[in-house]
Amino acid sequence: MNQIKVLWNGIVKENPTFVLLLGMCPTLGTTSSAINGMSMGLATMAVLIFSNLIISLIKNFIPDMVRIPSFIVVIASLVTILQMLIKAYAPEIDASLGLFIPLIVVNCIILGRAEAFAAKNGPVSSISDGIGMGLGFTIALTLLGAVRELLGTGRVFSFEVFSEDYGALVFVLAPGAFIALGYLIAIVNRIKN
Amino acid sequence: MAYILIVITAIFVNNIVLSQFLGICPFLGVSKKVESALGMGAAVAFVLTIATVVTYLIQVFVLEAYNLEYLQTIAFILVIAALVQMVEIILKKVNPALYQALGVFLPLITTNCCILGVAILVAGGTYNAQGLEPNLLTGIVFAISTAIGFALALVVFAGMREQLSLMNIPMGMQGMPIALVTAGLLAMAFMGFSGVDNGLSKALGL
Repeated sequence: MNQIKVLWNGIVKENPTFVLLLGMCPTLGTTSSAINGMSMGLATMAVLIFSNLIISLIKNFIPDMVRIPSFIVVIASLVTILQMLIKAYAPEIDASLGLFIPLIVVNCIILGRAEAFAAKNGPVSSISDGIGMGLGFTIALTLLGAVRELLGTGRVFSFEVFSEDYGALVFVLAPGAFIALGYLIAIVNRIKN
Repeated sequence: MAYILIVITAIFVNNIVLSQFLGICPFLGVSKKVESALGMGAAVAFVLTIATVVTYLIQVFVLEAYNLEYLQTIAFILVIAALVQMVEIILKKVNPALYQALGVFLPLITTNCCILGVAILVAGGTYNAQGLEPNLLTGIVFAISTAIGFALALVVFAGMREQLSLMNIPMGMQGMPIALVTAGLLAMAFMGFSGVDNGLSKALGL
């Protein structure tokens, strides 16, 4: 399969957040600012690429009966490695993402891609799929984080756009996450049709 | 008295779905009808309580006893997956009526992040125990109240969506967007509870 097509599919056509509506917990929980959204997106992308690669390599050795549990063990091991790396080298990301790092294990995108793509395709396309889906997720989270940060505090990536006094704090808090994501999906739907 | 505070805080003030963002997938996925929302809520409450007890015991007697804390994520997710399977099998034999009612929702629970999330919080003792020592008992109280909070949010939201399905909604907003905006308004309503925990702890003299 054409690698560019696989990439494009992940970023635009089947964007995990805006089109497939998968992985909503980290999408809403970690996007209080653009930088938090981006770190979560990149962390998920790293796990997704490696889990796709490993699963596409070992898929022929796994009996069909224990397929899902084996995938979960692979994903959980990768998440544990990532968690240790983040704790060691980026403690500030660990502090801001907190519980959502171990919860990457139960992100439906990763198990979903393992089952729907990596278990049926070779390692090279699986890596492209991981990069495409991961980028799609990262872009969506960064965008949502940027919108919430802008409306809530008047900044994007900590650069001031307008004075904080005009920001609506509710967008940084929980309700703003739901509302901002709702309108972003509505805009995407409108553009698609 | 502090137990009452744990219950109120977990259900209303720090509602697991509307302010902690855990368990959003079933919250958005299984909230089209009040009946199925009740089923999902009950199934989650059931599994969440058992999973919390089992993972806490594993944390204390296996992981900490043998210095294997780094295996927490792997151990917990496997235990939860096995537990969901076991609950499914036992329920099928013991109480077929309840199994029929929960049927479709049980397997979905493995990937519900509020189960793993609460298990990690309780095992690590990093939840708000309101001044009590985090132990198995406070953990169980916390888990049960969290599950009640989840079920409450789910059922209220399902009720709103049932009404919403009768409305005339603009094209682009149909489906998920309007559901998310509604959830946002519901979260705003729950924000009204913030501060209640402080007031209560003063009133109860803690």
